[in-house]
Amino acid sequence: MKNSLKLSTAIILGSVAVATVAQAAESITVVSWGGAYTASQRGAYSDPFTAKTGITVLDEDKSGNALAGMRAQAEAGNGTWDIVDILEGDALTACDEGIAQEIDYNNDLEQGADGTAPLDDFVAGSLTGCFVPTIVYATLFAYNNTAFPDGAPQTISDVFDLEKFPGKRSLEKIPAANLEWALVADGVPYDEVYEVLDTPEGVDRAFAKLDTIKDSVIWWEAGAQPPQLLADGEVTIASAYNGRIFNAQVVENQPFTIIWDGQMFELDGWVVPKNAPNKKAAMDYLRFSTDTQRLADQAKYISYGPARKSSAPLISTHISTGVDMNPHMPTNPANFKTPIKKDAAFWADNGDDLKERFNAWLAQ
Amino acid sequence: MSVPSYAGPLERTWYYAFRVFCAAVFIFLIAPILVIVPLSFNAEPYFSFTQGMLTLDPDAYSTRWYEEFLTSDRWLESIKNSVIVAFFSTFLAASLGTLAALGLSRSELPYKGLIMGLLISPMIVPLIIAAAGMFFFYSSLGISQSYVGLILAHTALGTPFVVITVTATLSGFDHNLVKAAANLGATPTYTFFKITMPLIMTGVISGALFALMTSFDEVIVAIFIAGVEQRTIPMQMWSGIREQISPTILAVATILITFSVIMLATVEILRRRSDRIRGIIS
Amino acid sequence: MAITVDASGDLSPEEQKRLKADLHRSLFRNKVRACLLVAPLVVFILVTFVAPIGNMLIRSVEDPQVNEYMPLTSEALQDWDGQELPDETIFAALAQDLIAGRESKEIGKAATRLNYESSGMRSLIMGSARKISRIEPPYKEALIEADKDWADIDNWKIIKRLSSSYTSSYYVAALDMETSPDGEVSFVPENQQIYLKLFWRTLWMSMLITAMTVLLGYPVSYFLASLPVKKANVLMILVLLPFWTSLLVRTSSWIAMLQSQGILNDLLVWMGIIADEQRLQMIYNALGTVIAMTHILLPFMILPLYSVMKTVPPSYLRAARSLGANPWTAFWQVYLPQTIPGISAGAILVFILAIGYYITPALVGGQSGQFIGNLIAYHMQGSLNWGMAAALGVMLLVLVMGIYGLYSRFVGVNNVKLG
Repeated sequence: MKNSLKLSTAIILGSVAVATVAQAAESITVVSWGGAYTASQRGAYSDPFTAKTGITVLDEDKSGNALAGMRAQAEAGNGTWDIVDILEGDALTACDEGIAQEIDYNNDLEQGADGTAPLDDFVAGSLTGCFVPTIVYATLFAYNNTAFPDGAPQTISDVFDLEKFPGKRSLEKIPAANLEWALVADGVPYDEVYEVLDTPEGVDRAFAKLDTIKDSVIWWEAGAQPPQLLADGEVTIASAYNGRIFNAQVVENQPFTIIWDGQMFELDGWVVPKNAPNKKAAMDYLRFSTDTQRLADQAKYISYGPARKSSAPLISTHISTGVDMNPHMPTNPANFKTPIKKDAAFWADNGDDLKERFNAWLAQ
Repeated sequence: MSVPSYAGPLERTWYYAFRVFCAAVFIFLIAPILVIVPLSFNAEPYFSFTQGMLTLDPDAYSTRWYEEFLTSDRWLESIKNSVIVAFFSTFLAASLGTLAALGLSRSELPYKGLIMGLLISPMIVPLIIAAAGMFFFYSSLGISQSYVGLILAHTALGTPFVVITVTATLSGFDHNLVKAAANLGATPTYTFFKITMPLIMTGVISGALFALMTSFDEVIVAIFIAGVEQRTIPMQMWSGIREQISPTILAVATILITFSVIMLATVEILRRRSDRIRGIIS
Repeated sequence: MAITVDASGDLSPEEQKRLKADLHRSLFRNKVRACLLVAPLVVFILVTFVAPIGNMLIRSVEDPQVNEYMPLTSEALQDWDGQELPDETIFAALAQDLIAGRESKEIGKAATRLNYESSGMRSLIMGSARKISRIEPPYKEALIEADKDWADIDNWKIIKRLSSSYTSSYYVAALDMETSPDGEVSFVPENQQIYLKLFWRTLWMSMLITAMTVLLGYPVSYFLASLPVKKANVLMILVLLPFWTSLLVRTSSWIAMLQSQGILNDLLVWMGIIADEQRLQMIYNALGTVIAMTHILLPFMILPLYSVMKTVPPSYLRAARSLGANPWTAFWQVYLPQTIPGISAGAILVFILAIGYYITPALVGGQSGQFIGNLIAYHMQGSLNWGMAAALGVMLLVLVMGIYGLYSRFVGVNNVKLG
């Protein structure tokens, strides 16, 4: 008895000591998407940042719930996140709700390597108050080559054609992108998608088109799932983030091919929560990670286009395989023939309704 | 069990069919646990048996996922967190739960049914509801995303097991022993540590083990209220399955299964010991 | 203590009184002692567990955003009768709120809340807030010119309805109903209903899983109970090992087992039962959820069944047989009735655990295997409609409590045993 008491006291003291030591050094919590994406940020931003400043960077894979987390922390009045990787649309909402820090773009960010002011250097219209974009990424379809030995799908319409291209599909379990693609597959021109989708008939039309493949769809919720489903042969075609497919193709040597037709591109980048616990370090990190060189460096790890014009000429080769990154970029002219720009304002307005409708449709 | 000699052919068929059925259920129970082990030595980064693995090609097997596990800061950090959280919440749950069970076993306690209902409610209320409530409430108290919040939550979830097991042990407890000790001049504290404690110890330990496993395995509440600094093993596995699938989680699973076997053996030994002690007393 | 006894052998009245008082005092002291022992845990559970759930209850009816972030408009709308478009005073109040909200950058919270009720309200509010610095009185014309939706009386009715601090709208929505701008409640169109459907599915799938565990668990428990203890203990490991293994581990191994390139399909193809291109879809649908959850919950059925069956003397069955009962009658009339407590204890445990599941359906359930718990999680982390999550949580809680109440009424709580 006595011995076990002594032992447990020792364990308590020991573990408290471990816990305190772990929290002693200065650190910031960076919230991002996990997987290959977080790895690319670690290589391009975080490790160099730690080397330069001595501030350690903790990764949290919660960007999928970025807005929920920021709201919860704002409500509690105790922030634990210092800088958050977030989609453009969510960043707008966070800014509107007063839970994200406003950025003084010309002072808080680095000038471009060629001397361009930040407001002229980043993608036009993307600096909306709180948001600093880092990448342009695309959600698009990819297929497993082994599934289609004679003739592969080329277009969005092919993806919806189960007869010509049999097999399961995997789509993201959200209405965004899927409704747009359904309309494109149904014959709507690329640039009129949102006009049509803004009418009740257009929404019905999109769901009717999705109905034609519904029974063959496995829905994914996290970015790592589609490459996994493709590799396991669970599905033949999957929608995915282009960087994840790149990673599977080039690093893991999976026989995947991207269908660039109808790629849905959008911006992704940083916001700093208003109640970030280490705001000064967070702003330093923001400044450091969005300079011309860092954004270009990220493209060594993953095939997302840098959101600064001055970074484009600096894009080089993949860090571990030496593959030229340019042909893999969603913004490369060869891949950028029939893109759809995701309309953040449309989704901010209609997202709640369409998500409800989408969930109800799924439950049918 | 064997076929009685008076059984007819139909009954014999039944008997064998029954045995086959039971064997099938046992396979159903254990097969998913067993397939994890070879898959964790997969040389490929996916969850399926490769051709090479089936033909026992040594190159198709590797320990790379174990290496990845042992060299990954995230996994090691998550082990540390799980141990800290499980230790404190088990300790709290065992102390609070044992005290309450002692009170519950006294006939003088009023509103016993109500109190019992309240105390085991964390076991009955679906975890998703508990998680939702704690997410809102702990956030407004400012203890979400902290060790304190997670430990308190896991303590609450673990106490019903301690209350139930200790109450069960106490139901066979002879209260005359305490009276006898008091008659012989022992102080209540002395009586507790020398008489009561040793007798209910097995109940406390097995309750504590349940609480420990609850904390070690709990993921729903943890996903909602813990932050990156408190990331536990199940949280890391959850994000592993959902966000960055790799057989590392199978390697971790294999290690956890080994851990379960050890725990299981401990409980079994305790149970035998308890049976022995009771055998002596009654 | 000296006790005086009077001639008749009874206690004297004073003595009786004194003894009674002593007894009372000592009983009281014991009562206090018992209460003190229980108190720490009771308080702990109240604070860490019951309070959060109570807090959720409040949140499901609380609706402060519009009132808090558009205070002047809310107040001005109090006296508005909803018959025709509001007058200049109300528009002026709106303008003041937009100016203040733009300043504090918090107007977005009211916009978010309004948008849950009616799509397009977000851009109406945010768009007007962006333009507000350039707007001059009279506000009515100016605001309508800035966005013609301000001339739509329905939008004003929605703002008025949400301007009170409490609401039933989350429960209305959770019952697949909607409130029209005029305040009438009706079901949403069939193809947009979701929550009742999911509650129903959660219930029947939990029942199915419970039935499956009885079906698989009963024979196995009987088999274990009929074996000598030593052998039974060895086989018990096969039940306890899954029981002690992490839920996530078991769920992920079912992914490896059931997926179309998984072990089970490979086995079936290899044995020639199915062709390679006709692999069965056993996961990412309701079937996957049922298989994985039956596996995960089976030990919760076997353990209580086994402990009850251990107490049924095998001689009863033998007696029935020797008295001429055929095996079926002997089982049905003699054995089964004695094991009912075990079945009911296991069933309630499995059913209540199943009904609140979230992890397993999320990982292997696909779209047809989702439970109501998944929607609660979705509203907490995906749609961020926390009021909705709270309302669904409260409804699920009431359901579970109702079932548990029925159970304890008819069966009794003390039958719940562990291991």
